[in-house]
Amino acid sequence: MRILGRGLRLAALAAIAAAGLMTSAFAQPELKIMAPAAPGGGWDQTARSMQQALVASGAAKSVQVTNVPGAGGTVGLAQLVNASKGDPNQLMVNGFVMVGAILTNKSPVTLDQVTPIARLTGEYLAIVVPADSPHKSAKDLAAALKADPAKVTWAGGSAGGVDHIAAALFAKAVGADPTKINYIPFSGGGEALAALLGGRVTAGVSGYGEFEGQIKAGKLRLLAVTAPNRLPNVDAPTLKEQGIDLDIANWRSVVAPPGLTAEQRRALIDTIDKMAKSPAWQEILKQKGWDDAYLSGDPFAAFLKEEQARVADVLKSVGLVK
Amino acid sequence: MDALASLGQGFLVALEPTKLLYALIGVFLGTAVGVLPGIGPAMTVALLLPVTFKLDPTGSLIMFAGIYYGGMYGGSTTAILINTPGESASMITALEGNRMARAGRGGPALATAAIGSFVAGCIATIALALFSPSLVELAVKFGPEDYFALMVLAFVTVSATFGDSPLRGLTSLFLGLVLGLIGIDTLTGQARLSFGVPELLDGVEVTTLAVGLFAVGEAMFVASRHRFGGDDIIPVRGSIWMTREDWRRSWKPWLRGTALGFPIGALPAGGAEIPTFLSYTIEKRLTKHPEEFGKGAIEGVAGPEAANNASAAGTLMPLLTLGLPTSATAAILLAGFQQYGLNPGPLLFAERPDLVWGLIASLFVANVMLVVLNLPLVGLWVRLLAIPQPWLYAGILVFAAMGTIAANPSPVELVMLLAFGALGFLMRRYDYPIAPVIVGLILGPLAEAQLRRALSISLGDPLILIQSPIAAGLLLLALIALIAPFALRGLSRFRGSED
Repeated sequence: MRILGRGLRLAALAAIAAAGLMTSAFAQPELKIMAPAAPGGGWDQTARSMQQALVASGAAKSVQVTNVPGAGGTVGLAQLVNASKGDPNQLMVNGFVMVGAILTNKSPVTLDQVTPIARLTGEYLAIVVPADSPHKSAKDLAAALKADPAKVTWAGGSAGGVDHIAAALFAKAVGADPTKINYIPFSGGGEALAALLGGRVTAGVSGYGEFEGQIKAGKLRLLAVTAPNRLPNVDAPTLKEQGIDLDIANWRSVVAPPGLTAEQRRALIDTIDKMAKSPAWQEILKQKGWDDAYLSGDPFAAFLKEEQARVADVLKSVGLVK
Repeated sequence: MDALASLGQGFLVALEPTKLLYALIGVFLGTAVGVLPGIGPAMTVALLLPVTFKLDPTGSLIMFAGIYYGGMYGGSTTAILINTPGESASMITALEGNRMARAGRGGPALATAAIGSFVAGCIATIALALFSPSLVELAVKFGPEDYFALMVLAFVTVSATFGDSPLRGLTSLFLGLVLGLIGIDTLTGQARLSFGVPELLDGVEVTTLAVGLFAVGEAMFVASRHRFGGDDIIPVRGSIWMTREDWRRSWKPWLRGTALGFPIGALPAGGAEIPTFLSYTIEKRLTKHPEEFGKGAIEGVAGPEAANNASAAGTLMPLLTLGLPTSATAAILLAGFQQYGLNPGPLLFAERPDLVWGLIASLFVANVMLVVLNLPLVGLWVRLLAIPQPWLYAGILVFAAMGTIAANPSPVELVMLLAFGALGFLMRRYDYPIAPVIVGLILGPLAEAQLRRALSISLGDPLILIQSPIAAGLLLLALIALIAPFALRGLSRFRGSED
């Protein structure tokens, strides 16, 4: 009964809110958001959170989330570019991982073809070692890497993903040969963490959130975060402070199909702008522990270009892409 | 004893009438979605998780536990009744369970699965409550070389699923290994055998293969035989309940399955499939009725089902104590925790004991609800088999296609389902066993990744594979399992000639 009661109250509230908004002249779009991944993952959660925030903030009348999983999101990307061309109500969630997947999977469609809308969230990576490791700072790790890159084993997520790219960029930044790094990809955060806790690998690189619990429990030592400035509530120096010129974040963004008019693009950006400012979205960010990295319109389009060039360069240098 | 007192507190929370109602709703929804072939418990939970978000944390976790167990049991129900495993871990259940169902013993098969899941779930949950902190230390000690040794042991023992001819069994296994190669290589990120089809980059989905080979292949085979009468399905023969004999033959497999499932499930990369394979092998070796295996032996349902459920409780151990999500379902549960701003990990037991113990207690409650809801339904479920064959198999085809499309909405997936169905038909026609194909697809990529990771860590030194005591012990077991049957046969022949 309690569920029903609450549901009715919500429906009533929604009806009142809708009635209120209808009197204002604001046109509410009916949006479709595609998560190019299976239900449950990061992109799917982002899409469903957007759905909540868009509707709650009144930025959209209704939002439908669909899942098109496969191949690092490139299956979904192909569908967006080919089947949704010119549809002003379609959006797709994507992120850093897709930039790499397009290259490694030799995807026939690329992010150059989509209409960039906005970057939503970003997560900085953490470089950690087991608590009993001899490496006390990122400099120690850099020295070991310079001595023999193959002897430093890195644990992180899938090959060609953001963790792998960060490890390669780290090697490059400290003057070691990035083609020689010994990166061991694990599926999912759990297995990489287990390898670190078991002392099987030298270092781990992954989103800070993956390691947070273990760092606080004293089982892992946090050497550095890959942010440009120190993170609030995280007691660790940045790489830049330790003389290593590298910052990298795993960002997530939202894009639209190709073939939109300037007005249609503007309307979508306005809608997402409104969502990003809403208390509902801010509340979700806090709940999920996502860092706000909002950047929309042309600055985001420029950022996307830069990241594509940077990732292509790294993947070539580690030999994942010819 | 501290743990038991906390567990008592947890029960007080979980046994409130509203919470019981949530558990019941969860089990019902989970079973309803879980019976769709191709939709395993992880997918069921992911799809239904938003339903639970409206509730408070304890209520939502209790409903979650119900959905999870319901989803798992739903998968077993279809495996037994219509030979369509809903997920890879209930594939072994289909081997004997479906044979039983066709011989009119669907009732006891469903009952032994439900009660075995219940027994295993309860024991494993107690083990979870008592041993988590100490066992988990051991579990993270497992390195890639140890996992590789475990896979080798699993490979050696899968011959139990081969049927009569080792050559045919090996052929099937290698077919599965080849299918396992398709997709992006996990260690180098390079595509293998994908022929430029982007959908193939993620590899062959185990459930698509299982549903194709088992359900679609079966439907085609039955259709091809229908004109000649085919083999009859007897809906019910004898009691639909377990007889005294069934109980006597089930309880030991339940316990052995639990003993295998919980520790392997607790390993960060253990999974639910390997314990079901091992359990089936052990039951086949130990049974007093070896002639029934392959024709519907109740031990072959009881053991693997218990192992499957115990491993599910096992995966909660690294999740709750270390924050390691080691299965798809655990990853989704982690998302559920985070919804309430909770981070599973070493601190969760200290910071929010009410939630942890509430969850553990609700696993018990969900288990009870599962039995309460499903035992009375057994009679209804087996009635399904009384549906005339053409209708039944048409229905199976519809559900198989629907489940596959729901899990992965892509025409390529549907084409694969049909291709695997045709393969399944040919294999049945020419008498090749089907299970080893799926075993190969599951174990092949795992074994490969662990072997290469181990060698990466050791900088290419193969000695790492036998240096760890765990790996050495497991490999020794595998060697014994490989040699023992020949040695024993030789020995008995030797004795025979002496007489």
